[in-house]
Amino acid sequence: MNTQAPVLQLKDIRKNFDAVVAIENFSLDIYPGEIVALVGDNGAGKSTLIKIVSGVYGPSSGTITIEGETVAMSSATMARSHGIEVVYQDLALADQQTVYMNMFLGRELTNGIGLLDRKTMISETEKLVKELDVRIPSAHATIRDLSGGQRQGVAIARATRWAKKLILLDEPTAALGVAETAKVEEIVQSLKSRNIGVLIISHSLDQVFKLSDRICVLRRGKQIGIRRTSETNKNEIVSMITGVN
Amino acid sequence: MSSAPSNAANPAMSMISRINIQQYVVYVGFLAIFLFFAVVLKDSGFLTVRNLSNIVLQTAPITIMAIGMVFVLSAGEIDLSIGSTVAVAALSAAVTMNAYGMIAGIAAGIGAGVAIGLVNGLLVAYVRLPSFLVTLATLGLFAGVARSLTNLRSIPVTDSTFTGFFGSGSLLGIPSLIWWTVIAIIAGHLIFRETKFGAHVLATGDNARAASVSGIPVPRIRLAVLVISGALAGLAGLLYAGRLQAAKYTLGETDLMTVIAAVIVGGTLLNGGKGSIIGALVGSLMMGMLNNGLILMGLSVSDQMIVRGLIILAAVAVSLREKLR
Ligand SMILES: Nc1ncnc2c1ncn2[C@@H]1O[C@H](COP(=O)(O)OP(=O)(O)OP(=O)(O)O)[C@@H](O)[C@H]1O
Ligand SMILES: [Mg+2]
Repeated sequence: MNTQAPVLQLKDIRKNFDAVVAIENFSLDIYPGEIVALVGDNGAGKSTLIKIVSGVYGPSSGTITIEGETVAMSSATMARSHGIEVVYQDLALADQQTVYMNMFLGRELTNGIGLLDRKTMISETEKLVKELDVRIPSAHATIRDLSGGQRQGVAIARATRWAKKLILLDEPTAALGVAETAKVEEIVQSLKSRNIGVLIISHSLDQVFKLSDRICVLRRGKQIGIRRTSETNKNEIVSMITGVN
Repeated sequence: MSSAPSNAANPAMSMISRINIQQYVVYVGFLAIFLFFAVVLKDSGFLTVRNLSNIVLQTAPITIMAIGMVFVLSAGEIDLSIGSTVAVAALSAAVTMNAYGMIAGIAAGIGAGVAIGLVNGLLVAYVRLPSFLVTLATLGLFAGVARSLTNLRSIPVTDSTFTGFFGSGSLLGIPSLIWWTVIAIIAGHLIFRETKFGAHVLATGDNARAASVSGIPVPRIRLAVLVISGALAGLAGLLYAGRLQAAKYTLGETDLMTVIAAVIVGGTLLNGGKGSIIGALVGSLMMGMLNNGLILMGLSVSDQMIVRGLIILAAVAVSLREKLR
């Protein structure tokens, strides 16, 4: 279906935390503009996989290839320099800072003499927040004063602001209401038109079937299989997740 | 629809309201103490220009150290070692100056502060020991060094250029200690509020993991804030040596509590992510004023300590309550 080269290729990824094997024999290609859902029960290793791709953990073995180039992803900075953005399950926002400082966390804009360019950061934040329809009181609001859904909105807005190739979303709608969930799903779908690959973790099979092109199932760190969404059904995925037929 | 009526339409307005809420406590406290002394001590010379400017002069080393402490606390660390860094820096400066001249003396003083900051910083940032324990240990360690450095002797500082520059001199009619205070506050405020480094300090103290996955070099930030704090404690040592025209192992011994109280009262959070240099200045002046007023009221030294302790306790409690919400 996709003639372009994959944005991301994972091959034989394995990760163990001392004796605990969190991921083994994991291989997956993600193509530009493709949405891949990663599903599995609690503790299956989904978040760990995302942290491997984003550079938080180095894989114990296996290779990560981005646009044909094999990378040693040893730090989060490197992942970002490759155009990969992440919305972590535990968010990674600085709670006592403003929305706009979080939007530019670690990538603050400065003017000619090295001072923070707050004006531009604020106006860019406002523009983005408006585009994505994230309902926050203002770009000046402190993260701590926002609701869980609003925080999620900020984290997603930040990721879409910076992503060039790939976005990894770890349960992006777990904290959201109905309308907000629909909005996030819309945003995820809009990434397709920007040719950005998406890897999304979700426990909602409805959502997975609505959004994804392919579904990858993990069970206890093992890759059970990958299915084209159009060629499978919920029953099959559920039995793959649980191991019960 | 996105943002509800946005403050951004009027950034000046929103800025004022944010500052007021954040530092409300320190200004009210400052004013209350000022008014109290102004009334109670109106016949004891509290309100004279000379006395008020004396307060600022005597507070200069506290203010300078408070700036460093704002950086350290905002980054989620603490530096207890400043209490003995001051004496080590002042003694190093005095001894070196008497042997090799003023420039060498200044370099030795600041260098001692930087060196202690490096020791603290490397242990905290790269060995990942808690800064509370590391700097508690170096506080004791360097208090011992300060005592052994000159066998408890006081070292005179006679270089008049030095004592003018760091102590009793003035420029354009303004005492040099006020120049030091003003320059340090402006530089500190700009770096803290208006640079990437300042933003990274706050992010590190707020959520080190988020900072780290956002590409902020967290260990380097931790090292930097402790070195800054050490260097500024070194400068404070020079200011003491300049004003008192002597260096002694007791310099700065009682300053640690004052500095931390000034900074906390000034709106900096003890556990990181939020700080204010201007608040620290007002907090320092408040502590200086308290000192001065209690002496003028004729309290005995022990009563001064008790009253000061109680007032600091109240001020800290109020400013922390404000923040906990
Ligand atoms: N830093 C770590 N140290 C040790 N073990 C870890 C660590 N992180 C994860 N694990 C273990 O790895 C396994 C996979 O965890 P992971 O967080 O990836 O699960 P998950 O699929 O994201 O689950 P959930 O749906 O609950 O978010 C678990 O057994 C977990 O205990
Ligand atoms: Mg998870």
